Amino acid sequence: MSLDLETVKRIAFLSRLKVDDTRAEAVRDDLNNILGFIDQLNEVDTEGVAPMVGVGAQEMPMREDVVSDGGYVDRVLANSPETAANMFVVPKVVE
Amino acid sequence: MTQALAKAISQSELTKLTLSQARDGLQKGEFTSVELTKDYIQAMEQTRELNGYILETPEVALGQAAISDKRIQEGKAGTLEGLPIAMKDLFCTRDIRTTACSNILDNFVPQYESTVSQNLANAGSVLLGKTNMDEFAMGSANITSAFGNVVNPWIGADGKPLTPGGSSGGSSAVVAAGSALAATGTDTGGSIRQPAAFTGVVGMKPTYGRCSRWGTVAFASSLDQAGPIARTVRDAAIMLEAMAGHDPKDSTSAMHEVPNFEAALTGDIRGLKVGIPKEYRMEGMDPEIESLWQQGANWLREAGAEIVDVTLPHTKYSLPAYYVLAPAECSSNLARYDGVRYGLRVPGNTLDEMYQNTRDQGFGDEVKRRILIGTYVLSAGYYDAYYLKAQRVRNLIAQDFKKVFESVDVLLTPTAPNAAFPLDEKPTDPLVMYLNDIFTVPANLAGLPGISVPAGLNQKGLPLGLQLVGLAFGENVVFRAAGVLEAAAQFQPLLAR
Repeated sequence: MSLDLETVKRIAFLSRLKVDDTRAEAVRDDLNNILGFIDQLNEVDTEGVAPMVGVGAQEMPMREDVVSDGGYVDRVLANSPETAANMFVVPKVVE
Repeated sequence: MTQALAKAISQSELTKLTLSQARDGLQKGEFTSVELTKDYIQAMEQTRELNGYILETPEVALGQAAISDKRIQEGKAGTLEGLPIAMKDLFCTRDIRTTACSNILDNFVPQYESTVSQNLANAGSVLLGKTNMDEFAMGSANITSAFGNVVNPWIGADGKPLTPGGSSGGSSAVVAAGSALAATGTDTGGSIRQPAAFTGVVGMKPTYGRCSRWGTVAFASSLDQAGPIARTVRDAAIMLEAMAGHDPKDSTSAMHEVPNFEAALTGDIRGLKVGIPKEYRMEGMDPEIESLWQQGANWLREAGAEIVDVTLPHTKYSLPAYYVLAPAECSSNLARYDGVRYGLRVPGNTLDEMYQNTRDQGFGDEVKRRILIGTYVLSAGYYDAYYLKAQRVRNLIAQDFKKVFESVDVLLTPTAPNAAFPLDEKPTDPLVMYLNDIFTVPANLAGLPGISVPAGLNQKGLPLGLQLVGLAFGENVVFRAAGVLEAAAQFQPLLAR
């Protein structure tokens, strides 16, 4: 499979990355180079093989449903570029 | 090697000690942690041209050293009491800037401490500073860092500056150059083992789940694992024991007890079955690496091990599977960098514009490349063909190992297909760079422990490493075999030259 320019722009937007028209073709070729390498996987017969999600514990550990952390708004906000009234500030999203 | 660097490396007798020697010296009162730490601070300053540290924390170190001296006097020493180490900049350190060497984490000052760095602090270690790395641990040459590349303290016959490997290239460089006793690394596809091989030191990636990932900046969560870079196998064992352990804050951290890894170094491998996977002998393989591999097998055989030829049929598909899975997980993990809660923000007229401007300026090219690949393989219509396919292949790769470990105890392979390469000859094709991890990636996919042991030099005088891979939670066996390999190889580290 190989990417066309439209797909490159679509995944760039999904990724919230900028790929402008001057770079789109170069990015497409770069990604296709890697996808061509990945396509080797099609040589492998995976019929009936379960996808492996991870190598850790098969069962997730459970714990009591109690508050175990928190209560420090100042620390949560300490690294934010902009805050007001204990909230993160972003550009206006509702007209 | 430049004059300044050669001087720095040979100046202090204390910084030539290994971690276990320094530990014993402190216990016997031969010197204090403050004295040791001062020498390391000096070594750190004198090796700045390596660019191994991106943040030095001498005041923190001296404060911790003074406390350590008191604890040693009171008989309350931890296992790493008073020993100066370096921390890869991927580990969040409370009140100490942590950037993952990305512009997007610009001036991030964590309000919490990663479990691994906390465990090391609890053991009494002294923090010298944060080490350079590839941006978000994505790279094999430490050239994608926002702080610039690291220089390998080794210099080959032609005198060209070399890469220290990556992504834990700062950690490997400072340990090799004697400006830290040991350092932390992380390994998603080889990022501890390959830089260790390139700098003539030991690097251990433990079993997935052995070390908590909590507070470690995430790259690919099902593959990422922390581990030590150290000067000897014994030092790596001591470090890992302090770093490891179950952590309720990481649901994938294993419930297994942490054994005494140092005690595993008995030097006795009689009867141990060592597998040599035939698929690792690749066409066009560097003959120097192939002969060192053979030499390694001979050393183990002479020590009483039985060498067995084995097969891992899906080895060839490890890298292609990795380059679906790691970017997929990275694209998801790095979605959090949006300029809202922390890190860089580049203004925009709308929220989307702000996200895009921030991420465009904040991420480097390799990170963007992987985010784009990851987003594509996870996107509607391609998820099954790429992502699920790669997960199925991952299963086959893990099954290969499972089958092999029914008949052998440990596997011996080269660590990397080449020695450290000159920084000005770095590959321009990302696929060529990705090949650096060809021998290390399979252990990440299967979650198995792997160690790189410096085993010899090539004709240019550059270090080469051999890798041992073991069963899940079989670090003891891996360390034991590594100790024997190390003793047989008689490798002379840079500090001893």
